[in-house]
Amino acid sequence: MNRATLGLQGLQLILCVAAAPLLIGWVGLCRAWFANRSGAGVLQPYRVLKKLFAKTPVVAHDASPLFLATPYIIFAATALAGASVPMISAARPLTDAADVITLAGLFILTRIFTALAAMDIGTAFGSMGARREMLVGFLAEPALLMVLFTPALISHSTSLTVIVQHLTASSPILYPSMAFAAAAYVMVLLAENGRIPIDNPGTHLELTMIHEALNLEYSGRYLALIEWTTAMKLFVYMSIGVALFIPWGIPRHGGLAHLPWALVLFCAKLCIGGIALAFLETILAKMRLFRVPEFLGTAFMLAVLGLLLRFLLRR
Amino acid sequence: MSMSVGVPLELATGILVLWFLWAPVSLLGTRFPHLVRGFFPISAGAAFTLSIAGFMALTHAPMTMTLPLGLPSLPFHLRLDPLSGFFLILFGATTCAIALYLTGYRHREGYPVELRIGFSFHILLASIVLIFLADDVYVFMLSWELMAVSSYFLVVTDHHTEVVRKAGFLYLLIEHIGALAIMVAFAIMRAHASQGVGMGYTFHALHKATLSVDQAGLVFFLMLLGFGAKAGLLPLHVWLPEAHPVAPSPVSALLSSVLLKLGIYGLLRVLFDLLPAPMGWWGLVALVLGLVTALFGAIASAVQNDMKRLLAYSSVENIGLITAGLGLALLFMAHDMRTLAALALAATLYHCINHAFFKGLLFLGAGSVLHATGERHIGRLGGLIRRMPLTALLMLVGTLALAGVPPLNGFVSEWLLLQAFLGATAFSQPYLNMGVPLGAALIALVAGLAAYVMVKFYGIIFLGRPRESTLQNAVDAGPWERAGMAVLAALCVALGLLPTTVMHLLHPTIAFLMGAHAPQALHLTPGLLIAPLAVRDATYLPMAVLGVMTLIGVVAFVAVRRLFLRRMRRARPWNCGYPVLSAQMQDSAEGFGQPIQHIFATFLRLRRVVPVPEDAAPFYESVVEDPLWYVLYLPIMRAVGKVSVAAGLLRHRKIAIYLLYSFVTLIALLVFAS
Repeated sequence: MNRATLGLQGLQLILCVAAAPLLIGWVGLCRAWFANRSGAGVLQPYRVLKKLFAKTPVVAHDASPLFLATPYIIFAATALAGASVPMISAARPLTDAADVITLAGLFILTRIFTALAAMDIGTAFGSMGARREMLVGFLAEPALLMVLFTPALISHSTSLTVIVQHLTASSPILYPSMAFAAAAYVMVLLAENGRIPIDNPGTHLELTMIHEALNLEYSGRYLALIEWTTAMKLFVYMSIGVALFIPWGIPRHGGLAHLPWALVLFCAKLCIGGIALAFLETILAKMRLFRVPEFLGTAFMLAVLGLLLRFLLRR
Repeated sequence: MSMSVGVPLELATGILVLWFLWAPVSLLGTRFPHLVRGFFPISAGAAFTLSIAGFMALTHAPMTMTLPLGLPSLPFHLRLDPLSGFFLILFGATTCAIALYLTGYRHREGYPVELRIGFSFHILLASIVLIFLADDVYVFMLSWELMAVSSYFLVVTDHHTEVVRKAGFLYLLIEHIGALAIMVAFAIMRAHASQGVGMGYTFHALHKATLSVDQAGLVFFLMLLGFGAKAGLLPLHVWLPEAHPVAPSPVSALLSSVLLKLGIYGLLRVLFDLLPAPMGWWGLVALVLGLVTALFGAIASAVQNDMKRLLAYSSVENIGLITAGLGLALLFMAHDMRTLAALALAATLYHCINHAFFKGLLFLGAGSVLHATGERHIGRLGGLIRRMPLTALLMLVGTLALAGVPPLNGFVSEWLLLQAFLGATAFSQPYLNMGVPLGAALIALVAGLAAYVMVKFYGIIFLGRPRESTLQNAVDAGPWERAGMAVLAALCVALGLLPTTVMHLLHPTIAFLMGAHAPQALHLTPGLLIAPLAVRDATYLPMAVLGVMTLIGVVAFVAVRRLFLRRMRRARPWNCGYPVLSAQMQDSAEGFGQPIQHIFATFLRLRRVVPVPEDAAPFYESVVEDPLWYVLYLPIMRAVGKVSVAAGLLRHRKIAIYLLYSFVTLIALLVFAS
């Protein structure tokens, strides 16, 4: 591993950590625009983070060390996931350490710790949120892995780097199997990031919460870290989507010459992705909790269909 | 017969003899309790030495030994090869931890542990070693029976309650159905074996058996039935959730970690070592059976409320995963895809040893919780992380390992298994090409469910507020108990972080199992990066995952501390501003499992008592039962009952009638024999 690759790796990590709130802000702004409101601006998440970091954290009397450590653990796991997704370069950096299956494993790790921390204080909403989060999780996980397996089978590798290199080496033809996988991936992305129609990130009604219910007992810097992690998770999911389904433009090898162009292209893709997400959230309504298995079951079947198509068509 | 005795085999035999000799001394338990208790650490040392012997056997040529025991013409043949070596490592390391734990184990009822456990425990250990070393059918079946009976006595340690006796009976029954199937299968093999001088019933003679395709298929089926009963494959898993909860916790740990693996050992020994090259359908049968078992175990464990029952069903799930890997390996072997077969075998063996360690840890931890609180029902526990911090920490390792998250060991074997499934794209039959990746989908679903189960298990027992006032008096596990758990937790971490070392250790066993088919086998990398097929195909570097995560976490921690100096303020839980906060407002164990009950209602049998609004004393109960009882076992029981009633009609208690029977039989024999 030479110095340039290492630098690119560091840059990617910083990009993921620093730009993640921007993406959330952009999605929020787009949602406001679609709803004919003026919106709070793309920088609003940073202001929220700053406010939260500056506040005195209030923690329940009998919170265990697990409760206090969880924000740092999930922050680190999500940042690592972000660092191992090819965003602005497909040079082999941390992708060697973590392939797509490990990436899914890191998401499970995050989810388990979040759920455990929510159960730690022993409030009704905490354990309810944990149960719902794990429900969405165990349904979304197989669908996510199935989505990831389609490109893995096409490129004969579970390394995202190799997948990106393989896909970008061919001209931008459409793999029919990837179309199914993409549809499934969008559904998984909505579910895993707690977006409408699975969960409403802006909700204030405790009884319908999933993701927000997990964080009810957190405040101050702990809450800031969790909010930041949530933003990063969306950023990582969007980046994986870009790498799998519209990878063209990601430089195949290390080297700084292509960097500015790759960066611009990546930002443009994320911008469009953000608009699409905001649009989806605007036209959809939140569904009942027990419709979630059907929703994610559909995603799973779509992903499986994609996989089977891959064998039928050999494309 | 060539005698090539080596140090590892001598060591193993020595320990075997030590345990056999010690067992009767344990009977003096009530007289000299300290003496008997003091031997447990020595047993732990012996078990550790045994795992060293196993290590040495991996790189050693197979060693044999003939003991002049047993019947006159049937001496004991012992043999230590890489396959036995691998299982000795698994057995030795787990037993070492369990024996350490037993040193400090006091039963709540206050009966003499030394007397009740000491004898059967050491007989059991010795018989397990003998099973691994057995090189002929005679020794194998003898030690298998000894194992079954001694473990039965351990399961019914607390034999004063009827539930325990019933569970023990069920265990013994299924054990013997299995043993019968194994015996018949061996008999078929023996009937077609070469009859060399002094060969007798040795595995070497069976190895040369010339079986037709149908006979081999029958042997495969019987072996799957027999060893599947031991391992807990569907539908013979029903003894697990009954026997595990009633046995003392260290015994449950031994049952789950080691005894279930005996079934896997038997399958590996027979299918890969003794039988000729596998047929295609064998692998498919084992694969499908494994996947169904895994899914069923995962769903059933999610709705259990007894913590040891939950862990028992989770063992069913893990045995399913292991069998699926084994089936995949058979399938690859039958289609001559050797590298992938080696990969599937690596996943199988890796998961065997992983499951032994984390499930052993969880059962020991459950034992400490049971000891501290006297409660097995998850829904009456809670908040123990504040009373038992060390147990809680060690259990967290086991929980995460079982949930299969990086960088712990459960993830590595799941990763390997998924890689094996993904590699399966070059079968000649298209239906296999399309079907096998669907197995990967099921594995993913099972992994997701396992995470759900573990959050339920850990969250409800250790987190939240104590659900009963008596929990305030719970104290943490004693030093010996902690030591036992710490050994297993450390092994879980080590196996998670050093996959390449483990792969190097697995390699001789895999090469041995594949025999003449041994390929260049796996791509073994020297460093810490595991890449079983090729670096391009798939890589995983757990050290980097842990290192970078720690780095990011520490940097975030320091940065936040430096930039924002606000001290944390402690207060009452916020609870959305609702002032009343009681432990009963948390999710109950039933509540946490409810979504799974709802989604997988068809897989479970649910009985519910729901109160009506007018009830003076409202009572709610939901009982989830194993549907297999109603689908399979009860019909069989009823049929057996009917047959025996019908047979009863033949009995008239009159001598003349019985003489008539004899007469008719004689006539019939004369007619048919002539």
